[in-house]
Order: sequence, then C-alpha cells, then structure tokens
Amino acid sequence: MREITYRQALNEALVEEMERDERVFLMGEDVGPYGGAYGVSKGLIEKFGEERVRDTAISEAAIIGAGLGAAMTGMRPIVEIMYIDFIGICMGQINNQVAKVRYMFGGKTKVPLVIRTEGGTGRTLGAHHSQSLESWFIHIPGIKVVMPATPYDAKGLLKTSIRDDNPILFIEHKMLYNRKGEVPESEYLVPVGEAEVKREGSGVTLITYSQMLFYCLEAAEELEKQGISVEIIDLRTLLPLDIQTIVESVKKTNRAIIVEEDCKTGGTGAEIGMQIMENAFDHLDAPIKRVAGADVPMPKSPNLEKLAIPSKEDIIKAVKEILGK
Amino acid sequence: MEIKKEEAVFLLKKMMQIRQFEDKIWELLSKNIAQGGSHLYAGEEAVAVGAISVLNPDDYITSTHRGHGHAIAKAGKLPELMAEILGKATGVCKGKGGSLHLADLSQGNLGANGVVGGSLGIATGAGLSIKLRGTKQLVVCFFGDGATNQGIFHESLNMAAKWSLPVVYLCENNLYGMSVSVKRASAVEDLTKKALAYDMPSENIDGMDILAVRKTVRKWVDFARDGKGPSFIVCDSYRYYGHSRSDAKVYRTREEEKFWKGRDPIILFGKKLIEENILQEEEIKGLESEVFDEIEQATKFAMESPLPKPEALYEDLYV
Repeated sequence: MREITYRQALNEALVEEMERDERVFLMGEDVGPYGGAYGVSKGLIEKFGEERVRDTAISEAAIIGAGLGAAMTGMRPIVEIMYIDFIGICMGQINNQVAKVRYMFGGKTKVPLVIRTEGGTGRTLGAHHSQSLESWFIHIPGIKVVMPATPYDAKGLLKTSIRDDNPILFIEHKMLYNRKGEVPESEYLVPVGEAEVKREGSGVTLITYSQMLFYCLEAAEELEKQGISVEIIDLRTLLPLDIQTIVESVKKTNRAIIVEEDCKTGGTGAEIGMQIMENAFDHLDAPIKRVAGADVPMPKSPNLEKLAIPSKEDIIKAVKEILGK
Repeated sequence: MEIKKEEAVFLLKKMMQIRQFEDKIWELLSKNIAQGGSHLYAGEEAVAVGAISVLNPDDYITSTHRGHGHAIAKAGKLPELMAEILGKATGVCKGKGGSLHLADLSQGNLGANGVVGGSLGIATGAGLSIKLRGTKQLVVCFFGDGATNQGIFHESLNMAAKWSLPVVYLCENNLYGMSVSVKRASAVEDLTKKALAYDMPSENIDGMDILAVRKTVRKWVDFARDGKGPSFIVCDSYRYYGHSRSDAKVYRTREEEKFWKGRDPIILFGKKLIEENILQEEEIKGLESEVFDEIEQATKFAMESPLPKPEALYEDLYV
C-alpha cells in the first residue's frame, strides 16, 4: 500500500469532502494561500476558491461563533484554530455556545461543525504553543473530541467528522504531520468513538492516543525483547470514550497504564482510570498507573521540554513496576 | 402616517402581547410560580416588534438574555414560550432552555443567549451562510449596550464588514449593563462611533417610537438585501423592570424611570393611531382585553403542562 504523511492524509480528507459536499467550507487564520500553519490546507484555495477557503482575521472567538452560526443555518464548516493554546480566547464560544445549543434548544438544531486544531510538544515553542489541553474538552458534554495518531486514522476520522452532525474538536499533533503511514487510495471511513487495539499482548494494557501511541509502540518493541508482552489501545476518540474496548483488554491483561502527554493532574488519564475502576475493578491485579506530562507550563529548553512529557524509558519503567519486575 | 389599519393592529397587538407577557412573568416570579431568573423586556417593545415586522419569515434573528420580546415578535407562540420559561415539557425548547435560551429555529430565531455578546458570532456566521448559500435572507442581531464592550462584538463587526455580510447589528441601548451605566462603562457614550472603526454605516434612533424603528431598520434591511453589507443601529430604549428579580434599582432614579415611562412605546403608538383616525380608543381597549385573554390562556397552558420526563435528561445532547 502507498505511504503518505499525516499532513497529506488530512489534506486528502479535506479535498474529498469538499468535493463531495458543497456545504463544506474551511475558515481560519492563514488557511488560504499560506496553506495553514502546518501546511494541511495547501492547494485548497487554488482548487476551491476563496469563498470556500477563507482566510480570517485573527479573531478566534468570531471564528468559532461564525462557524456555529453557519452550521446552524445549513452549512458544514470546518474552522481552524491554529494552536490549541489559543483556544482559551474562544473557550466561551465552544463551551457555552457550540456544545450547548442543540441541548438547550430541545434538539431543534444541529451543529455539523468541525474545529480543527493542533497541540502537543516537540518543537521547543514554549508555553503558548505546546500544550495538550484535551482534558478541558472531555469535560464538556455536547461535543466530541477526536485525536488521531496515524495517517490512516487522520484521514478516515476527519472525513467522518465532517459528515457528523455533531460538533467535533479534532486535535492534530504538531510532531505527527511529517510521519508517514499506509493510506489506501480508495475511499474509507473510520468511525468516531471507536478505539483500536494497535498491538496485541497479554501482560499489560497501555491506553494512549495521539503522539504517545508511537512512544508506546517503541517501548513495546523493546519490552518484547525482554519477554514482556504489551497490548496497546489507541483511543483515537476521547469523547465519547470507547470504554468497552478498554475493559475487554483489561479483562485479558489485568493491568492498565494510561500514557498521556497532557499534565497529569486532572488529565485524561484521571477520567480513564476512574472509568476502568467503575467497569473492570474485579479484573485488576494491580493499581492502575499513569505515565503523564509534568504539572508545569511547557518550558522552552529542549531538555526540559523532553523531561516534561513521558519518554519511552518512563513507559518501560512503569510497565516493569506494574508487573513487579 | 402611511400605515394600513391591519398592520397597525398587528404592531400594536404584538407590543401589547410582549408587555402583558412580561407583566405576567413578573407576577409569576413574585409568587414563586416561575423559578430562576427572567430578564424582562417591558419598555423595549417597539424595538423588537418594529425591527422584526419588516423582516421576511425566513430571515434570521439572534436574541439576548432579555429575549422574550424578540421571541414573541419572531412568530413565537405564547403558550410554548410561557411553558418554556416555566421549564415545562411543552415549551418551545422542551423545557431545557428556559427564559435565557428561548429559540425557535423553525421561525428563524437562532436563540436567546445567557452570555452578553454570546450571539454576535452566531449572527455573523448565519450571515456568512446566507452569502455562501446565495439566498436573499438576512440576519438581525439584537444585543444590548453592554455587549458593545465585549471582544466578540468588535471581532464580529470587523468580520461582517470585511466580508460584506447581510447582517443588521441592532443595539438596544437601555442605558445599563445590569447596574453599570453606559456612561460609566463605555469610553464613548455615542455607541454608533464604535461602528466607525469598521467603516460600517450606523445610526442612532429613538427606540420608543415603533415607526422610527421600522423606517430605519427597513432602510438597512434593504441595504443588506441589496448585497451592500452590514449596518449598525442603536435604538435608545429603557427596561421598566430591573435587570432581574433581585434588582433593587439603586443605580437609577425614580425620576428617570418616570421620564421614560412617559414615553411608553405602546401608549405613544396608540395615541398616534387615534390622532390619525386609524384606530378608535374602544378598539385599542378591545385589543388589550383580547391580549389579556391570550396571556391567560398561555399561562393556563404552561401551568397545566407536565415537567419533562426523567428520561429527557439525556435526550437531544447528540444527534
């Protein structure tokens, strides 16, 4: 099968869905001739024109608000927030408006809106361009939170998200854009809300998503050489959480470690861990562990930045600890 | 005055409906039959009724936390609105929204909003949607003087002006954002100046005079429909009740209230209609009692309606 980058996969999803449905349009900062800060929308303005590929002012609140208004009145907007770090500026629009209008209005409106953004560390950009804020959003009923790791999932999930009648926060990762992976030429979709077992194993379940998937896969390779079998679940969607896939795996391995790039306190792992307790406590042979980011604003220095997020070694250490090895 | 009797009756009756609806809500609040809060529109009727009366049924509006008047003016059904404010299953939003979230998408009402300035982005996006879909619709975006100090007000006006969107931004200047006056909150007292920054045409009018509201809004509605872009209208108006139930109104004088009530939009319009021999006093009284009956029926419907069933808790969250 051909291999393309995560960036190309996302670009293909945008092109295909815009060709398929003329109600779909893209709007955000520098999405036009510049092609998006990370190049995802390159070539789109040439293909679809500036009406459907709209460069906006630097006005995050109005970008989200206008996306919502357009979604409520018959369009299917994709709006881009360049860095998830800027999302605080439009948090009120997402939390109070986008996520709530359908419920507040008794189901009398739909919000087919995709908010594309990216987050995570890796480019030593410091505290305003490196955060992992997904846990803020799993606390907001009414939206869905999608975080693909592979090019295959990025394309399939973006296409599905665009066709979904619910608002979706689609969080890409800045260090994944250049990563290549197998993506079929023919059309396919990946369902929102379904996790996937990316590696089968028996000793312990690693539950992860986004960039940390690759850290886990590398750790698992090394652990295999040492005779330790690891199962890896890529959540792909954080809200709604596919707790069933997690529970099935925990029933098999009896041990769970959540590996996440965001700050540990109040992070996604806190919620996932609690849901495992509620749904699979009797199957656990050891306390659930978290390998998570440090509770600090992201520092600039490359060495500190690395220290602030989990490493392959941290994951290996946690696996050995949970197995008592 | 160039107005047909039928139209005059429609306008006067709509304003009466809003006034009596709000007086009834106040009564229900005082008796604790209506719980929670309600921001009442009494005093500002000429703005909502005047502006919405020049729109087509498929035009959109966005509303505010003080939104009962907009909802009634935009073809809202009194029983459904009253039931919604009481949180009943028969309410226009099935009892999930309440006073702060009255909406009726089927009538083009994109919703009231619990956040000051919260619907400015939505209105702008609806304008963009109209432009992209290529229809002849437009949006009237209602908001208060307080919203003009919010960031999203400026972001939205900039975006709409840059893209020439069919949106009429209509500011209901009732002089206070809760307790803080325009004088104390805004660096400019003449709010129309805020549109100058975006090269948007703006006008300040008497919001107590329904005919002035209609004339001005019609002008800017035509402007938007002709593809000439957005506009900004400031309607000077006054809310008779306080901000909400708990408001002791320490920030304004009784003299000021008396002054504005002396310019009551319903009395002003009624007088004009009598002077011009379009309606007789008896007919106006007749209308008042007709509306009284409608409000009583709506209240009865709302009070007798059931609360939502427990299973409604998780309904309508996702499609």
